[in-house]
Amino acid sequence: MSIERLLERKQICICAGAGGVGKTTTSAAIAMGMAAQGLKVAVLTIDPAKRLANSLGLSELGNEARQVDPERFAEHGLEMRGELWAMMLDAKRTFDELIERHASDERTRDAVLSNRIYQELSNAVAGSQEYMAMEKLYELQQEERYDLLVLDTPPTRNALDFLDAPERLSRFVDSRSLQLFMRPGRLGLKVFGRGTGMLFSVLKRVTGVDLLQDLSEFFQSFGDMAEGFRDRAARVNELLGDKRTTFLLVTSPRRAAVDEAIFFHRRLRERRMPFGGVVVNRMNTLAVEGEEPDVDELVDLLGDELGRKVAGNLDDYQALAGRDRENVKRLTRELRSGPPPILVPHLEDDVHDIRGLIEMNEYLFAGEAVPATR
Amino acid sequence: MGTSRIFDKRLIFVTGKGGVGKTTVAAALGLAAARAGKRTIVCEVAHQERMSQVFRREGVGYSETELAERLYAISIDPERSMEEYLSSQVKPAPLYKLLFDNRFFQYFAAATPGMRELVTIGKIWELAQLQRRSATAAPYDLVIVDSPSTGHGLGILRTPATFRDAARVGPIRRQADTIDSFITNPELTGVVNVALPEEMPVNESLDFKKALAVEMGMGVDAVVVNALYPERFSDSETERIERAVESNGSPGVRAALKAALFEHGRAQTQRAELTRLTKKLGRKPITLPFLFEPELDLGSFETLSLELEGAL
Repeated sequence: MSIERLLERKQICICAGAGGVGKTTTSAAIAMGMAAQGLKVAVLTIDPAKRLANSLGLSELGNEARQVDPERFAEHGLEMRGELWAMMLDAKRTFDELIERHASDERTRDAVLSNRIYQELSNAVAGSQEYMAMEKLYELQQEERYDLLVLDTPPTRNALDFLDAPERLSRFVDSRSLQLFMRPGRLGLKVFGRGTGMLFSVLKRVTGVDLLQDLSEFFQSFGDMAEGFRDRAARVNELLGDKRTTFLLVTSPRRAAVDEAIFFHRRLRERRMPFGGVVVNRMNTLAVEGEEPDVDELVDLLGDELGRKVAGNLDDYQALAGRDRENVKRLTRELRSGPPPILVPHLEDDVHDIRGLIEMNEYLFAGEAVPATR
Repeated sequence: MGTSRIFDKRLIFVTGKGGVGKTTVAAALGLAAARAGKRTIVCEVAHQERMSQVFRREGVGYSETELAERLYAISIDPERSMEEYLSSQVKPAPLYKLLFDNRFFQYFAAATPGMRELVTIGKIWELAQLQRRSATAAPYDLVIVDSPSTGHGLGILRTPATFRDAARVGPIRRQADTIDSFITNPELTGVVNVALPEEMPVNESLDFKKALAVEMGMGVDAVVVNALYPERFSDSETERIERAVESNGSPGVRAALKAALFEHGRAQTQRAELTRLTKKLGRKPITLPFLFEPELDLGSFETLSLELEGAL
């Protein structure tokens, strides 16, 4: 299996997986490889390693896509037939732009942008980064300037959060009932009955009046934009489920990461999201199957001490390779209908430059470069 | 810092990005603290139940479960924490029930940005109090938090300060202020940051240290570099191995030689990152060895806890 086959007729590739499995690097490598084949590709990354960013000329990038200078690939002997565009997501900026677009007037816009609850929300909490990644993806897709968009998903404690993000946010801003609740003097009393007055006063006691006021303002101004948000979220969801979209799971062969990939795959199926395949990074594939090393031969070659040390070291790597094979087998079994995993070996150097990406692409794009595991 | 000093704190946050081994370090720290005689609890936050996996137990859930002598674990659930907090704040009980059972309140609580994080850290704070909320709950000497991974920034550590600033008056402000004062007091609270000896995790560790100092005026008590490959082969040995590769051996022998060169290369790359981190930190981080074991088991955690104990 290879990336170019998985991405045939696809316009959006979403790379998802647990933290620390090489999602960012994999996204960059895929985008570069597809661009090299002649497509105009944009990779939307969240948090690239500094050296990787620098080598792509990304350090000065903001929230807009920029083309990576083709010269940079030529330097490494890579023929770039298409174009590689890259950008780093600025969640706060994207959120602010969204508010500017949806606010009915300046007053509402300023009320939201200056509200302290909003400032916190847009900065860090409650899945805003995930939502903004989806939002930016949608925006780029609407521009229709690229053949392929590759999205590196944010590092969250739960790799699935971003799937629910559009819906959650639209539910959240669709707070008509909350607005009623926040203005108990009006409709609220009728709807919720007599308890509400008392409820409101208890709530005041718990939260403090000021916080309640900030929240009330926040919900009210957001509520005015609910229609726009809901509509947008529905379209983002549609885009995620489209047949031109594909989800690529990225994992390491470690048990916890594989567990998460299996779980994620299940969730994708439940949500009827288009699953494309899985990339397993950092495979220990050094040992040769069935060929136990001959310690005597090593001792002859290297002397007693070093020969035994080399043999012992191989045993350790054999054990790791065996574990990785077992975990990938389990993953393959669980994914049943899907294509076989694409395996990328544990490269000696951390991948942080174009040379590293090229090395990675030998495995991502080559088909069966790494011995199959089943 | 001696072991005694960090274990004399009441609360330790184990921080770091996903995949660096936070749970491993939290569990190893917990074992070391328990061995030092501290009644210790390790808190998980993200429903992952990894601690119970380590100790081959059924999920611990939202109850303080003893895993080993003096070592407890809990998986903190925001909903349960909210309920617990409200029942302690709103008296009499019927009033609390009215509030909690109201679906609009539930909606409100779920929709308020940061509320889940606030009640989570509220529960962590509660666990670290000598006077517990419930009279029957025994106090702990030490609470170790396996902090949720954050993309950028400080995550739940910042939450109390945010709420304190947003709520200018009232009980939430008081509560948030109390928690913030506790976690920013270096006598009471410590921060252990976990990194891997690789480019990106090292950068993240340095960024975290800076953000913690700038945004909260806090320092990192210890940086733990996890999964450091051993330096098994000296440069001269490596040269001999390289020469041997050229003489055509059997496939098994060639695999062994390549594995040795790989090990050497990786160990070198990691040392370079470790050196960079050490320079930028201005002190040597604690290192934990990469364990050549298919999966870490209780024995591995004990090994690592002894390493930590020696280094702290």
